[in-house]
Amino acid sequence: MKLTAPLIYGLIACLLLVSAPHAEHLPIWVSALSAVLLAWRAYLTATANSLPKRWMLLLVTLICVGFIALSFRTLFGREVGVTLLILLGSLKLLELREVRDATVLIYLCCFVIITNFFYSQSIPTAIYMLFTLLVIMATWVHLQTGNIKFMPRLRIAATILLQAIPLSILIFVLFPRVQGPLWGMPQDAYGSSGLSDTMSPGSLSKLTLSEAVAFRVTFTGKPPLQNQLYWRGPVLWDFDGKTWTRGRNATLQRPKLDRVSQPVSYTVTLEANNKPWLFALDMPIKISIPADFAPDFQVLNKSLVNTRLRYNVTSVMDYLANLEEPPQQMKRALKLPEGFNPRTRQLAAQWRSQYPSDELIIKTALAYFNQNTFEYTLEPPPLGINSVDDFLFETRKGFCEYYASSFVFLMRAAGIPARVVTGYQGGEYNSYGDYYVLRQSDAHAWAEVWLQDRGWVRFDPTAAVAPERIRNGLSAAMPNNAALPFFARTQSPLLLNLRLNLDAFTNQWNQWVLGYDTERQFAFLTRLGMEDITWQKLAMNMFGGVALLVGIFTLFMLRRLQLRNTDEIQKHYQQFCKKMAKVGFERAPHEGAQDFANRATGIKSQYATAIQNITAQYIALRYQNQHDASLLQSFKSAVRSFKL
Amino acid sequence: MIKSFRQRFRNWAFRRTVETGTVELNQRRIYILPTRQGVGFGFVLVLMLLGDINYNLSLGYILTFLLATASGMSMLHAFRNMAQLEIRAGHVEPVFAGEQAYFVFHFNNPGTLTRHQIHLQDDAGHHTVFDLPAQQHTEIRLALPALKRGWLDSERLTLCTDFPFGLFHAWTYLHFDVRCLVYPKPSNPQPLPDASAQDGNGKLPVTGDEDFSGLRNYVAGDAMPRIAWKALAREQGLQVKQFVAQQGRTLWLDWALLPNIAQERKLELLTRWVLDADAQGLICGLRLPDSEIAPQNNPSHRTECLRRLALFGTGAP
Repeated sequence: MKLTAPLIYGLIACLLLVSAPHAEHLPIWVSALSAVLLAWRAYLTATANSLPKRWMLLLVTLICVGFIALSFRTLFGREVGVTLLILLGSLKLLELREVRDATVLIYLCCFVIITNFFYSQSIPTAIYMLFTLLVIMATWVHLQTGNIKFMPRLRIAATILLQAIPLSILIFVLFPRVQGPLWGMPQDAYGSSGLSDTMSPGSLSKLTLSEAVAFRVTFTGKPPLQNQLYWRGPVLWDFDGKTWTRGRNATLQRPKLDRVSQPVSYTVTLEANNKPWLFALDMPIKISIPADFAPDFQVLNKSLVNTRLRYNVTSVMDYLANLEEPPQQMKRALKLPEGFNPRTRQLAAQWRSQYPSDELIIKTALAYFNQNTFEYTLEPPPLGINSVDDFLFETRKGFCEYYASSFVFLMRAAGIPARVVTGYQGGEYNSYGDYYVLRQSDAHAWAEVWLQDRGWVRFDPTAAVAPERIRNGLSAAMPNNAALPFFARTQSPLLLNLRLNLDAFTNQWNQWVLGYDTERQFAFLTRLGMEDITWQKLAMNMFGGVALLVGIFTLFMLRRLQLRNTDEIQKHYQQFCKKMAKVGFERAPHEGAQDFANRATGIKSQYATAIQNITAQYIALRYQNQHDASLLQSFKSAVRSFKL
Repeated sequence: MIKSFRQRFRNWAFRRTVETGTVELNQRRIYILPTRQGVGFGFVLVLMLLGDINYNLSLGYILTFLLATASGMSMLHAFRNMAQLEIRAGHVEPVFAGEQAYFVFHFNNPGTLTRHQIHLQDDAGHHTVFDLPAQQHTEIRLALPALKRGWLDSERLTLCTDFPFGLFHAWTYLHFDVRCLVYPKPSNPQPLPDASAQDGNGKLPVTGDEDFSGLRNYVAGDAMPRIAWKALAREQGLQVKQFVAQQGRTLWLDWALLPNIAQERKLELLTRWVLDADAQGLICGLRLPDSEIAPQNNPSHRTECLRRLALFGTGAP
């Protein structure tokens, strides 16, 4: 148990493996410094130089901590904690003097692995974790034994790890889950991406470039048609000439649906986005988690969604929404910023005077989009201060937010209450996992118009321009060279299959491993036939299962201790002796094979030839070193056919 | 105080009779407790579990459980590292006080598994570390300092291992009925006493030419006059006549004639003289207050003398 050079290299490898995944989010100078420290340690070991003086290391440590405090402006919090751990680990390696120091370093490595899960818990991360763990354990065994060679050491570590895997799966399934958090979580715990509650030209098309998954949906029954899949997100009312915002609802009245039909039930697994909104099909009527229904039919979670969230929703595909909208809300739905977009207002006024009914005006507006060479593109030219005018009359190139925005502007200018709804549209069906996956690239914006006796009705001006967007998704509506994410472009069937398989697998992982919470545990164990699940029962089952598995392992492990090597010749001769013993003819422990045979033939003379034959062959094989395969074969068959 | 209490508790809890023959280690004999590092690691695991719960890290749960079960399994590996070993105490060579006594133990590892990092130690901390290859007999020598003459008992020895992670300490106590005879430490060289006058029995035979004592086979270089020609004539082969000279000196190493010094010094002095007399080939006898050994000169005589000196006054046989 000395700190030999190979052991030091092992420790360097451990530290390198656990800190490498952090490199992408650590400050660059920390990564560089750690790398330099590790390299320095390797150099010192290789050249058998002595370690730097203690006061020098202390100085370096203090300087490092100072720099970290400066660059993070705090010494508390997760990011800082991880940075400190990694830097101090590298420094500890430089003052490794005793076995105890090495033990501490190994514990530290185990701890640093877990910090990586704040950033990623994907399948590759899990595989990487197993590999890292194997290296750490092999180093650990090395630390304790010192003189074992690399391969046997690795085998010991691998054996222990392989035994630990089924045990931990069992515990993972049965361990009573406590609904976190136990203490306040720092705000930096979660990244955020996804739909925001504002919309300005370009905001959605930027989002579309991301192939990140927004949520996944499993329908209980038959899923609706693709062009009915409007996943409702933030509803935007207020417009300042450039940006749409949610504003404040002027009423607390719960939304009301009439004449509902065609209910659809489904489960949504929403990725963390650090926003309160939940996505549901137009229009949701029931949700399984405590959530608010805003007056504009938006579903809001009680808190920010900062972990993966699963909920069941029932929506109706046919409805009349809010036939009686309060006047304050109507006012909001007609409000336009003064002084902007005169040409649009003029056009709307012209339509108003031309057509008597709201329906006709809407029809005209949609026809306007359809018939005036509008283009659906991710790279629209920039717009001026009168953004709607510029878009409708000049550039005529834009993405869904341009169409939704200008359509609602037109409606309001014509005196029809209207609002913008953002969310996601469509979704990709994964036949391997029987679910839909909605990516950020499926982000969409459409319009809702309030009509007498019909309530809020959805109109999608994008569908008037690029109907294939609604029917078949974004890639169908875009030219092939558009700057779409790699995965959103249609490719060869092979790649598509691979991608669907991979996503189905990821979904299973998310659902069953990462999303394994109290509720999932309950459902899963109930399906396995467990009743009245309490934590005591879980714990009892867990300990019982662990004891059983450990018992099985023990049996296998201890077998190798008693395995006494009896060779084949010996084994067969013993069979022969056993056959003799059955008829009451036992070989005394001191008796030689030949003596035994002679004694036996004296009494059992009718078997004399067989007994003598077997004995002669046994002696030839065992004592006269006649290693002959055919002789062994004949000996074995002679024993086998020997009968008394 | 706590330490001595702990020691007494241990002695009581793990009391065992002295073993004879072969000891086979089984689960009844092997004790396992976590080490200090093990407790520390448990603390780290609890911290990790709290983090997992707080941040709802599913993969963190898995990592924590993996580490916990791996360290739990390491307990079983520690046990297996010692189980089914067969141990037999071997012969211990006598030593002089102040030297190292080597207690020999024969370990047999019947299984197909190498046993790693086994420690054998006594309560005072003298220890040896070794590996036991699979299906092999291994001889292990534990060096214990022999401080005092007399019998040196190996006392209770501890056979232990921290393999594979050092989180658990598996141990067993071994107390074989082996002891090492420790001769008194020879004093600094002192001239042998003069041949004693009162007794003329002990004469030192020196190969000389006074009395014929027999024939022996010829060895190249023997002097021509010594060849027994008569024997050659009787066709008995080439033989040489042997003569013995009586030196006329007998040597008694007598306790009573020693100067008035401490008992142990006397024993040390006598030890020195026994060794010197033996080396010089002198016939000498040993006379102690309670016993007497007739003068002789051969290895077993020397051993007997040293043994008497070692055990003088201890009451042990």
